Formats: sequence, structure tokens, C-alpha cells
Amino acid sequence: MKSSETLLKCHKIIGGCGQGEALVSHEPICFYLTDPKTGVVRERSHELAGKNLANKVLVFPSGKASSVVQIDGLFKLASNNVAPKAMIVKDVETVLIVSAFIAKVPLVNRLEKDPFEIIQTGDFVKVDAEKGIVAIKKRKY
Amino acid sequence: MQKAMELLVAIGEAYDAERMVPVSRAHAASSGQAGDLYFVKFLADGGARCKVPTSTNPVYDIEYFDKLFRIPEDEASVARRVMEAYKRVGAIPSWSCIPYMAENIPLYGEIVAFSESSATPYVNSVIGARTNREAAQSALAAGVIGKTPEYGLLFKENRKGTHLVRVEAVLKDEFDYTLLGYYVGKRIGYGIPVLTGISRRPNTEELINFSAMSNVSGAISMFHIPGFTVEASTVEEAFQGDIPEDKITVTAQELKQAYDEFQTTSAQIDFVMLGCPHYTLKQVEEVAKLLKGKKIHDGISFWICTSVTTKALAERSGFVDIIERAGGNVVVDTCIDEPCWIAYKDKAGMTDSPKCAYYRRFKEARVERLRDCVEAAIRGK
Repeated sequence: MKSSETLLKCHKIIGGCGQGEALVSHEPICFYLTDPKTGVVRERSHELAGKNLANKVLVFPSGKASSVVQIDGLFKLASNNVAPKAMIVKDVETVLIVSAFIAKVPLVNRLEKDPFEIIQTGDFVKVDAEKGIVAIKKRKY
Repeated sequence: MQKAMELLVAIGEAYDAERMVPVSRAHAASSGQAGDLYFVKFLADGGARCKVPTSTNPVYDIEYFDKLFRIPEDEASVARRVMEAYKRVGAIPSWSCIPYMAENIPLYGEIVAFSESSATPYVNSVIGARTNREAAQSALAAGVIGKTPEYGLLFKENRKGTHLVRVEAVLKDEFDYTLLGYYVGKRIGYGIPVLTGISRRPNTEELINFSAMSNVSGAISMFHIPGFTVEASTVEEAFQGDIPEDKITVTAQELKQAYDEFQTTSAQIDFVMLGCPHYTLKQVEEVAKLLKGKKIHDGISFWICTSVTTKALAERSGFVDIIERAGGNVVVDTCIDEPCWIAYKDKAGMTDSPKCAYYRRFKEARVERLRDCVEAAIRGK
């Protein structure tokens, strides 16, 4: 199958550009429950348990957990160069905005299509928050 | 100042806020961690000062802990510099996670910027002040600028319920509210639960625990218990005439399921740690009553975390003396989720707060109610 690129409009929250392999989580994410050195999710009951967030384009519904730990979690990932390259969310919330602001990770929401329908783990995704565009190249099978 | 404004503007833009509105007070969930230091130091170095009363969350007192454990110098230096920087920006050195009980109390209808898991839902739901789910940095920015972008929970129409939660389980005490909070937060994720089926008026500690846990396992910034919380006396009022997005039922089975999820061990414990969220005077008294004339078992360390305000009252009341005679410690300005507890990293602890189990700061955890924790500490297992 030939892979083609889909372009979708989105709403910028924190600016910048980032690209990489998509990692989709249907559950909210707490960055503190990842290994700060590697980016591996260590929350035992999470659907991404054992998966690595490093350098991925992370697609998830929203953040969770206390503000204290969420920001520190993403900040530490960023300090160790294992933060996601960009983040696409459905529900925006302040703690996540601040986390992305401090860690300087591009963050967008309001994709013109449901990100959970259009993006699958393994797809190649480019997020240009400045232009408000997400480009998706489906993974080849 | 500029960085603070930049952050508030980014948040405002994300939510399509039309303007900034004044806040009367703020609570910055300071933490003594690297991400926290980065921002507060940036503001302090730039000469920023809080415009409105801005309280602070637990960090830890290096001098106190230095005598007990060996804290790595890099961690200690972060904590020291965070506390110093918050003082420099003129924040209230309350170092408490429940400042709404004593050091920084909002009134009904006040617009505030309160971060911290229990603080946000508590001041919205129980007090009826208006805050969004702030982070330490956005709350501090609001404290420094004296404003916040107008969005979300600052508008009445956004304060309506989203999920109907029928509570069929009998809630005996604050521990049951912890379990309930955990389950509701996890099930709903992001929303405003409306709880029905609760017949007895929840007390302060129960509301604190429900607030804390529902905002840890999920992102619950507000809830209604019609008849008991301030903004709705009926279910209809709580939903502002709308229909719930979803309905869930909580029976004893769901609470048991939450309880089971927390337990990582049944083995021997090394320490007992209470006070997450910070214990109130009533809870410190309860511990003192259980420990009166008893001894904590050799080989078990026993800690209660609370605020300096509560400890002062507990000292006057004689509770601290009883606890210390039994071999326990009442420690202020810190919380179970601080790096100062590094000595327990590979140990098994018992607590009445699943938060410490959830964040995995300790190797193993047993989560039980206050009385059971104290009794285990006396028994030694």
C-alpha cells in the first residue's frame, strides 16, 4: 500500500515543531510515572506500561495527577532529552499547558478530526504548532 | 515578571480567554523539585514580588532531615534554593498542602488561583471560591501578576456537573472517601462528578481526602454533593438543568477494588507515614489517643506530616508530647512525596494515603485506615 500524507488543522497551545513516531494512549498520562532517564512508562496499570515516550509524538486525551509531579515529570524527561517531540491532546488543561511551557514541548489540540480515529501508534506524525498543522503518514504494513 | 505574564497569556490563548481578571489570592504548589526551581528562581532573580497573598506547598527542612538521613547534596540544594526563592518573591512560607484550612482561606465567590491536588477541588466545591486547576507555576504567575486569564471554572456555566455518581457503598470514614475519590477520579478522568446517595454530612477530613484522591487518579477540579457542598442543593441544580454525560455507580465492590489496587505487599513494614494530605488537628488528636501510654515497636519509624500551624496547636494540646513519648515524630513543612524520604526508597511502608503508593516513592506500600496504621506500628507488623 502506498502511504500518503494527511494534513489536518489544529489549535496551537505551546508553539514549536516536532516530529516522530506516534504513540497513542487512550488513558490520561502522568509524566511523573515514567522513568526520567529513559521515558519508559512505569505506571503499573496504565495501557502504556513499559512503552517508551521518548522522542514520540504523543497522542492522549489529557494529563492527570497532581500539578506538582506532572510538571516535574515532563521537565525531567526534557532535561534528559527523552521527552516526547510533540503532544496532541483532546482536553486541554492548565497543568499540562504549564508542563509543556516549562519543558518546551509543542502542544496542540482541536484537531479537525478525532485524533484517536485518524492516528495510530506507529504512524509518522509531524506537528507544526506555529502553523497549526498536523501531518500524518500512515504506517506501512 | 515577563515570563509570568507570558505563561498566563499562553494559558489564556489556549482557552480563548478574552481578558485577564484580578485574583485575590493564590496557592503555589511548590515542591522542591527541579521543574519547580526553574520557574520560581527565574521570577525571583528577575525581581518579581507577589501582589496578592500566595501560600506555598510542602518542601522540606534540610536542617531537620540532615540530622536523620543522608540526603544527596544535589537534591538538598534544589530544596534549599526553592524555599529561598519562594521567600524572595514574597510568598507565604506556609509549606502546607491544605492552606485553605488556616494560612490562606478563600471566601465564597472569590476568584483565586489555587494549585495542589486537594486545594483546587476543595476551594471550588466546598468553599465555592473559583479557581481553575492551576499548576504551581501558573498559580505563582497569577500571584505575582495579580491576575488570571478568564476561562473554565471561573464561569458559572462551566461549574455544572458532567457525571452522575450514585454512591451505594456505605462511607464510614475519611479512608472510604479516599477510596471513593480514587475510584471516581480514575473512572471519570476529567469532569465534574455529582455524588448522590450520601446520607451523612461529610466532614472536613472526608472532603479533603475525596478532593485529594480524585484529583490524583484523575483531573477532578470540582464536584458537587447536593445538599452538602455549597453550589447546589439539588441534583438538578448541580447539572444546571442539563443531563449527565455519563452515570456510574459505586458499591462496596468498587471501593474494595480500589483498595486492592494500592496494596503492593503484605510483608513486614519498616515505617508508618501519615499525613498526606497534611493531617488536621483532629487527626493528630486521633493518633495521640491511640498512642497514649503505648510504644511504637522497635525497628518501625513513625511519622505524621502536618503544617507548622497545626503542629503548634497540637503541641499546646499535648498531642505532640504523647506521640513523641510513644516514639513517633510530628514533622512540619514536608510531605511524603518529597526527596527527603530517600532512606525509605527500598523499604516497605504503611500509610492511610494511597498517594504515596501511587507515586512509588517507596518500594512497597500497605494502605490502611489511620487506626490500623497506628496499631500496626505498635504491634510491629
